[in-house]
Amino acid sequence: MTMYLVIAVVILFFVVIFQIAKASEYVAVLKGEKNSKLQSNKINGFLMIVFLVIGLVGVWYCNELYYGKTLFKYGSASVQGEKVDSMLWVTIAVTGSVFIATQILLFWFAYKYQEKPERKVFYFPHNTNLELLWTVVPAIVLTVLVVIGLRNWFSFTGEAPKDALVIEVTGKQFGWIFRYPGSDNQLGKKYYKNIDNASNSLGLVWEDKTTHDDIVTEQTVYVVKEKPCKFIIGSRDVIHDVGLSQFRMKMDAVPGIPTTMWFTPKYTTKEMQERTGNPNFAYEISCDQMCGNGHYSMKGIIQVVTQAEYDEWVAKQKPYYFSAFPDKEPATTKPATDSTKKVVVSAVIANTLKSNSKI
Amino acid sequence: MSSEVALDIHSGVSSLHVENQSHDSHVHHHETFIYKYVFSMDHKMIAKQFLITGMFWAVLGGLMSVLFRLQLGYPDSTFPWLEDILGKWAKGGHITPEAYYALVTTHGTVLVFFVLTAGLSGTFANFLIPLQVGARDMASPFMNMLSFWFFFIAGIVMLSSIFVETGPFSGGWTAYPPLSALGDASPGSKTGMDLWIVSMALFVVSSLLGGLNYIATVLNMRTKGMSMTRLPLTIWALFFTAVLGVLSFPVLFSGFILLIFDRNFGTSFYLSDIFVNGAGALPNEGGSAILYQHLFWFLGHPEVYIILLPAMGMVSEILSTNSRKPIFGYMAMIGSMFAIAILAFLVWAHHMFVTGLNPFLGSIFVLLTLLIAVPSAIKVFNWLTTLWRGNIRFTPAMMFAIGFVSLFISGGLTGIWLGNSALDIHLHDTYFVIAHFHIVMGVASMFGMFAGIYHWFPKMYGRYLNNTLGYVHFWITIVGAYLIFWPMHYEGLAGMPRRYYDYSIWESFKQFGDLNRFISTVAMIVFATQILFLANFFYSIFKGRKLRSTNPWGSNTLEWTTPIKPGHGNWPGEIPEVYRWAYDYGKDGHDFISQTTPIGADESVH
Repeated sequence: MTMYLVIAVVILFFVVIFQIAKASEYVAVLKGEKNSKLQSNKINGFLMIVFLVIGLVGVWYCNELYYGKTLFKYGSASVQGEKVDSMLWVTIAVTGSVFIATQILLFWFAYKYQEKPERKVFYFPHNTNLELLWTVVPAIVLTVLVVIGLRNWFSFTGEAPKDALVIEVTGKQFGWIFRYPGSDNQLGKKYYKNIDNASNSLGLVWEDKTTHDDIVTEQTVYVVKEKPCKFIIGSRDVIHDVGLSQFRMKMDAVPGIPTTMWFTPKYTTKEMQERTGNPNFAYEISCDQMCGNGHYSMKGIIQVVTQAEYDEWVAKQKPYYFSAFPDKEPATTKPATDSTKKVVVSAVIANTLKSNSKI
Repeated sequence: MSSEVALDIHSGVSSLHVENQSHDSHVHHHETFIYKYVFSMDHKMIAKQFLITGMFWAVLGGLMSVLFRLQLGYPDSTFPWLEDILGKWAKGGHITPEAYYALVTTHGTVLVFFVLTAGLSGTFANFLIPLQVGARDMASPFMNMLSFWFFFIAGIVMLSSIFVETGPFSGGWTAYPPLSALGDASPGSKTGMDLWIVSMALFVVSSLLGGLNYIATVLNMRTKGMSMTRLPLTIWALFFTAVLGVLSFPVLFSGFILLIFDRNFGTSFYLSDIFVNGAGALPNEGGSAILYQHLFWFLGHPEVYIILLPAMGMVSEILSTNSRKPIFGYMAMIGSMFAIAILAFLVWAHHMFVTGLNPFLGSIFVLLTLLIAVPSAIKVFNWLTTLWRGNIRFTPAMMFAIGFVSLFISGGLTGIWLGNSALDIHLHDTYFVIAHFHIVMGVASMFGMFAGIYHWFPKMYGRYLNNTLGYVHFWITIVGAYLIFWPMHYEGLAGMPRRYYDYSIWESFKQFGDLNRFISTVAMIVFATQILFLANFFYSIFKGRKLRSTNPWGSNTLEWTTPIKPGHGNWPGEIPEVYRWAYDYGKDGHDFISQTTPIGADESVH
């Protein structure tokens, strides 16, 4: 019911505006075209300057309202992202001042040079010096921005440090799968035709022994504070994108073509919860590439923890191999071979701890 | 209609009167209704066909945005009437994700291609090129007619995709494979995608037929004295637009052909190593999904200039005419458009910085992309200088032209952020991008189109649009456009991704709920205002105030030397000869000097 009422009001409003507009045309004819043109010219010239002033105030007010809701209040959560932020401020300074200057000129000129019967226009078809000025100055400013940008770009698209924690990230409709190389520090081979949702979500090739200690988790990935972390990114089906807004990082997940990205987290999740005062804060991985109807729900979580917490967590993980072949798992196999297998498992854990603390 | 034509002629030249009458009168009708209004070969009628078809699509595309903004602004509310119109796509009055993504995709495709390509350059290239270069029609009127009808059929096919069982294509207007190639990955990629591709292929054909015609006409059919450097900037802009289209649409087409092969004939151009839930592992190996993106953006980036250049050209013309002052730096304007046209082909990979593209290759594209800001800056400063010390008449066309410059500045500057890969890595595929391209390409070009319609409506229909409605239209639209898109920059700076159906489960993005509601509300108001414009448009065609002189704006260009309602052939007698450039406004104390006026003996030289 209210719906029809709203429609009726809107239509009525339209008809009123339309009638007023029509009437104003008749009035204009009566008043004489010239006078009414001058009058509407005055009104619109005035509105131009009003729009400029209210617009600039609006820009400031919008910033007041929403700056706090962006990520910049707390700065970048990764070391590499700091460069993005600093570059952002330089770019804001440059484009912001050009924005304000040109918008003021535009609307002020419009207001100032509105039609007056006595005004004589200035015949000014070209001026080489002026044109050179606004070719050369933007070119120089842009060169500076390019230089800053590319320096940053190469710094974080370059090779990850050797000691980086390597994790494989795989996107699928609609979730994330993570794989740690395990104690041997090697991600074993995989082949997509081996994929089986129940027991082998990544299609690991079990004939390759290096897969046997790989740890696979879904949705949540643990990384270590202040330790570079390198993601090797892929996709099982369509193109996805690993979007890490707090770390200022982003990289597509393309089926068949692995991509990489690395960053160094600055704060643990817990620290961020305190800094932002939001107990629910989480580093969310958002899929930033349209990937189907569940795109909006394709969320992963990055838990940034201290080295000690990480070691503790890793110790509790069991290689994916054992969930694929539960009978091979030492704890569940026959008591006869029990003792030897146990040694192996503890060796695996010890190795993992060693390889992590080494760094 | 045609009896009115004769009455409309208030021109003092009696020969025009007679000529025009014999051309349109019912007594000698050599033009039947079908040949005059449907399968017309008159460039002016084809232009109107493009315009009105474009309007249809603009309303539909705009309505789609209102529907999906409803979901974004009010994710928790239900609207039972939605189920009445959308059926299973809005079960319980709530738009489903399938429908949401279909709406987003169709909105993008339709607005970019059908409205801002066909509706904008189709309309004004057809209407203005022959009239402003001094030709009786296009080089090939028949091809011109085909161009419209291919576009029309493309529209029919696109429209039909809305009604198929599995829904229209829903993978985003860029249609990246594998999503667009695999029906099992998304229901929209089944029949909907087949129809989408067919429609786009027809559209490419339309656009090539039109583009070749525009180029041929500009190069070969200029009247005596109309050298290239005397052409109005509108023509230069439309010329570059046509060149861009002719060189880049075939590449898109090739990308689509490979996609059709992958979809239907088992090839692996774009597919490799894929396991789809529910369908299992696919046999395809060795393809590259990135290849499609290169082919797509090789058109996709020039496409934004295909959309923007005609608007720039018309705005240059309108700013100069209504400032009563020559355009500042005519040659620099042509030069900067030329630079934009060249660079348009060399920047496509800036859409692909985060695809895993080689960072070194990316850096080249950063450089070339930011270079494009230089010609853009030249244009802006030249427009500003054109206004400076002019005598500005705020016709509705002029208002929209000024609005265009404002929006072009606002949206252009954020391009400097996104073109720099190290910033793009944070802003890519967020609302910042939405804000950027809607302002600079969407709304700005729309403003260029509105400016063109208000300015040339009297030439099209021999009547004026209602001015008051024009001013209301302008002010609500520019304020609304900024209210909608400006705050989106902040959402983007928070990393809020595009193309999400619902943000409420995201701890990082849900703080913008109120803002989304605000944006949706403004979007509805702005949409309603466009309906007001359409009402003005169609009402004025029949009932608008009649034109009393052939040259209502005191303009120099050739189209205003034709009769108020020119027949097929444009000039009743000889085509006028041209003696000067198009921008002698305010020269030597004359308000304006038409291009057809010979250079006087004592005229000053600049």
